[in-house]
Formats: sequence, structure tokens, C-alpha cells
Amino acid sequence: MTLDLLIQQLVNGLIVGSFYALIALGYSMVFGVIKLLNFAHGDIYMNGAFVGLIVFSFVGIWVGNGWLGVVCALLMSMLVVGLLGVVIERFAYRPMRNAPRLSILITALGASMVLNGTALALTGGRHYAFNTDLGFAGVDISTVHITYTQMVLVAASIALMAGMQAFVSRTMYGKAMRAVSIDMGASRLMGIDVDRVIALTFFMGSALAAGGGVMAGAYYGSVHFFMGFIMGLKAFTAAVIGGIGSVPGAMLGGLLLGLLEAFGSSLPFVGSEWRDVFVFGTLILFLVFKPTGLLGRSVVERV
Amino acid sequence: MMTDEVRSMSATAQPRLIRWSVVLPGLAALACALVLPQFANAYVTEVATTALLYVVLCLGLNIVVGYAGLLDLGYAAFFAVGAYTSGILTAEFGFNFWLTIPVAMAAACVAGIIIGAPTLRLRSDYLAIVTLGFGEIVRIIARNLDITGGASGLIGIERPEIFGFRLMQVQHFYYAFLVLALLTAFVCLSVERSRMGRAWFYVRYDEDAAAGIGINRVTAKLQAYMMGAVIASVAGCLYAAKMTAISPESFTFNQSLLILLGVVLGGMGRIPGVVLGAVLVALLPEVLRGAGTYRPLVTAVALLAIMLFRPNGLWPDKRV
Repeated sequence: MTLDLLIQQLVNGLIVGSFYALIALGYSMVFGVIKLLNFAHGDIYMNGAFVGLIVFSFVGIWVGNGWLGVVCALLMSMLVVGLLGVVIERFAYRPMRNAPRLSILITALGASMVLNGTALALTGGRHYAFNTDLGFAGVDISTVHITYTQMVLVAASIALMAGMQAFVSRTMYGKAMRAVSIDMGASRLMGIDVDRVIALTFFMGSALAAGGGVMAGAYYGSVHFFMGFIMGLKAFTAAVIGGIGSVPGAMLGGLLLGLLEAFGSSLPFVGSEWRDVFVFGTLILFLVFKPTGLLGRSVVERV
Repeated sequence: MMTDEVRSMSATAQPRLIRWSVVLPGLAALACALVLPQFANAYVTEVATTALLYVVLCLGLNIVVGYAGLLDLGYAAFFAVGAYTSGILTAEFGFNFWLTIPVAMAAACVAGIIIGAPTLRLRSDYLAIVTLGFGEIVRIIARNLDITGGASGLIGIERPEIFGFRLMQVQHFYYAFLVLALLTAFVCLSVERSRMGRAWFYVRYDEDAAAGIGINRVTAKLQAYMMGAVIASVAGCLYAAKMTAISPESFTFNQSLLILLGVVLGGMGRIPGVVLGAVLVALLPEVLRGAGTYRPLVTAVALLAIMLFRPNGLWPDKRV
């Protein structure tokens, strides 16, 4: 393993990590507000990629397969899939809000499998190509090659995350979100429409996941119904590394996970088949030694 | 809800009358199960064998999910541990099948401790996702090691022999699985009523209150988790012997999900309910044979609908 290759790997890790961060952020937001592990998050990401692909193949006729097409696909997919997230919350999670934890977790799992199963039924399990004209042109910094696609995608995910952070910390709705995440009952007494805040959180979390999905589709050039399963696990791992419920934590966790993965697959004996084992091993180590993550506060157990 | 719970809990402590409304249908079902292969054709016997396999697996998962309230999404991993341990020992090292069962049980115990001991202290949803990851890890390991036969799997697993009689035909395995299912049900019934079983119920209802009355919740959860793991591994041994060939694809997340569906469908925490759920889950692929790629969707919709409309399952536990 040469140093050049290692640096290239680390750069690729950072780029993949920015996707992970985006998706982990949605996970963290939803978890923060209703304390539920949204198993469907990974499948929402996958649906986002498919909706993006459909939009892309339609708008491509008018605006071409370049940047404009990808941006259209990204925005449309974020809107549509954001609404899908609201629908899922309304029909699958809201009726269960006072049910035992186990039932809600199984419901979330059911919602995930419904999305996954629908995608499988509609696509027949095939890989679909996401052909953009973005190409491999880019800049070379000494021996490291970074394509324009990579640069723009990282910039886009940073912009989305920064926007989200600003929303949560500056606006009234963001304040309401933080209030609900601390105490749902008290927030309701203060006149906050809790249902609406939760719906909004789901919209934003799902839109972020969809954005990540479209970007990943454009980046890897293909989408597949099973892509969400593993991504859901990784986004969760990223969220745990950073500290679940913490917005900056999700971003940090995503980047670190990307780096860990890139580094892990270049280690001898680890190889790319073992990459996921490496990721889950990291997850377990974190849960054992630092369950609050790097930036998380310790969560008081709900009694 | 809580008072009902307490009342029925104290009821179990009093001398129990035999409830004929449960025992008689149970005996009738057992009689039917015993004579079934004499009348049914090979196809029906095969499906019934699968149903019995799911009965064992669902009863095992029921200990973890139904009794102790721990959501395990990687249960198929322990099934795989049993199948691969037994398969490798018989096919590669020429072990006697029956000797591999205790080895597989020990292996499942070790795997259960490795994954359970650190994570069972945490919130239940962390456990769910960690077990999901663990299931994937086991599958990836099985896919990438030489000794497990890699992606194409392990072939040439020996048929077991008992008192000079070799289990060969589907009927033989049917009876073997029936014995295993009855044994498992018996074990479940005894632990349900034991001190340990009651500790699980309390941990499931209110962890902090359980800790308050002197139950060590981590130990209690770990016991449930390991007992579930051991049952799955024994089922795995017999499964490997029946199939004579196993591959990583038999132990995917979907398998774990199907077992969970069986538990939830029938009614978490209740043995007859879980048996019913397991049989329905085994029949599901046969009923949906024509559905093709729609099958996972139908399974998922079933799971979701049950949680939303009958959260306690089709045949619920009255104590809930």
C-alpha cells in the first residue's frame, strides 16, 4: 500500500462520509424528537434514489443529463419523499405513539419492509443505471484525483446540513423541535402543536435521506432496491459514533465512519468483503465504551 | 392493565387447575401431528416439517422477544451458528451428529454472550440494531471463510444415525422436528413459570421497578438471550442434517424477520399463539407461491397490519 493510494482512499472516505452524515442527520433528528429508531430511514433513502432516478429520466429530455438534471431530480425527490415520510409517520407511527416500545419498533420495521417490498415488487430487484454526464473530469492535487462530481456532492451535503443546523437553531419551528425533543408533554402545554412538529421533523429527515439517496445514485451510477438496508445500518452507526440526537454529532460521525471504512478496507486482511464487519464492530465497540457517542449528552432512560 | 397483570401473576403462584380448554385441543393437535405423515403425501409432509422448524425457532425467539421484551433482529444468526457448527464438524471432521449438538449449543452461548453482554445494558432499540448488524456479520463471515464453503455453501453434511437407524426420508425428519418442537415447548412452559421466567416478565414491563425488587436485569436479559440462542442453534443442527447442504442465503435478515413475524403474528409471550404464528409463517410461502416478487411486500404488510390493528397478535396473551 503506497502513501498516494492511502491518501486517495482517505479522500474517498471523506466523500462517502458526507453522504453518511446527511443520512445520519435525519436519523438523529427523528430520534431526537420521538425517541424512535426509524428503521424505515434506510428505505426512505432508497426510495429517494428511485424517485430521483424517475424525475431525472423525465427532466433529462428537456434539461439534459448534466448538473441541471441532477439538481431537479434532487429537489423533486426531496419534496416527494419528504411527504412520504410524513405519510409514514401519520399512518404507521402516530397511532402507536403511546404503545409499548417493542410494538413501535416492530411497526417501524414493518414500515421499512413495506417500502423495501414495494420497491422490490416494482423493480423486480434489478439494478437501474443512473447515467449522468458528469464524468470523471476533476482536479488533481499532487497525486489525488477529485472529480467535480465529488466536490459538488460534498458541497451540497455540507450546504444541506448547514441549512438544517441553521433551521434547528434559529427558527421558531426549530425551537419547537428542540422543545418537543426535551419534553413532549410540557411542549404541548406551552401551546406547541406537537403533531405538526413531529410531522415537520419527519419531512425534513426524510428529505435529507432522499437527498443523500439521489446523490449516492448519481455518484455510484446505479440504484437498487436493497441499497437502503445497509445504508440504514451505516447511518445509524454514524449517528451513534457522533452521539445520537446531536446534529453536529451526526455530521462528525458520518465523516469518521467514511474515513474508518476507507481506512479499514485498505488494511491487510480486512479487504472490501469485510468492510461491513469492520463497521458493525466499530458500532459495537462504541456502544460498549462510549454509548453517548463523541458529541452526545447522556440520555436519561425513559421510565 | 397493571392490576390485571399483578392479579394473574399472583394467580400463577397458586396451585393451578388443569385447563381442559387448552389441554384437549392441544392433545388433539398433537394426535393429528403424530399421524400426519401416515396419510399425507411427501409435499404436505415437507411443508409440515418446515412448519415444525418454524415452531422451534419462533418458540426460541419468543423467549427473547415475548418473555424478556428484547427485540432481536438477527435471530437467524444463531440458527446459522448451529447449522454451520454441526455441518462443519460432521462434513469436515467426521464428527457424530449427536455430538455436534452440545458443541453447537456452546458456540451459540458464546456468540450470545459476545453480542449480548455488552449491549443488553443499553436501551432496547440499540439492541435491535446491534442484533441486525450481528446477523449481517455472521452472514458475511459465512460467505467469506473457506471452512464454511463461501458463497456456494457447505455440502455433504452427514445424515444422523440413531441406534443404527439412519434418518433419511422426509418423514424421519418430520418426527425428529416434532420431538424437538415438543421438547422446546416443554422447556418454554417450564421456564415461563419459573423464577427466571417471572423475572423476565417484570423486566419486560418495567425495568426499573424490576431492578427495584432485586432482579438483576442484565443477568435476566442475558439468560433469555442465551436460551433463545441455544434453541435456535439446536434447530440449526437438525436443519443442516435434513438439508445436507447449507448456504449463507438461508440465514439472511429476511429469515430473522420471518421468525419475528411468526412470534408477533400469533401473540408475543404465549406458547399456543406462537405455535399458531409459526405454522402460518411456514404456510405463507406456499400460499403466496404465485406472488413472486410481491411476497416480501405481502409479508411486510401483514406485519404492519398486525401491529396496527392487533398489536397483541391473533391469539394474545391474556396477561398482557
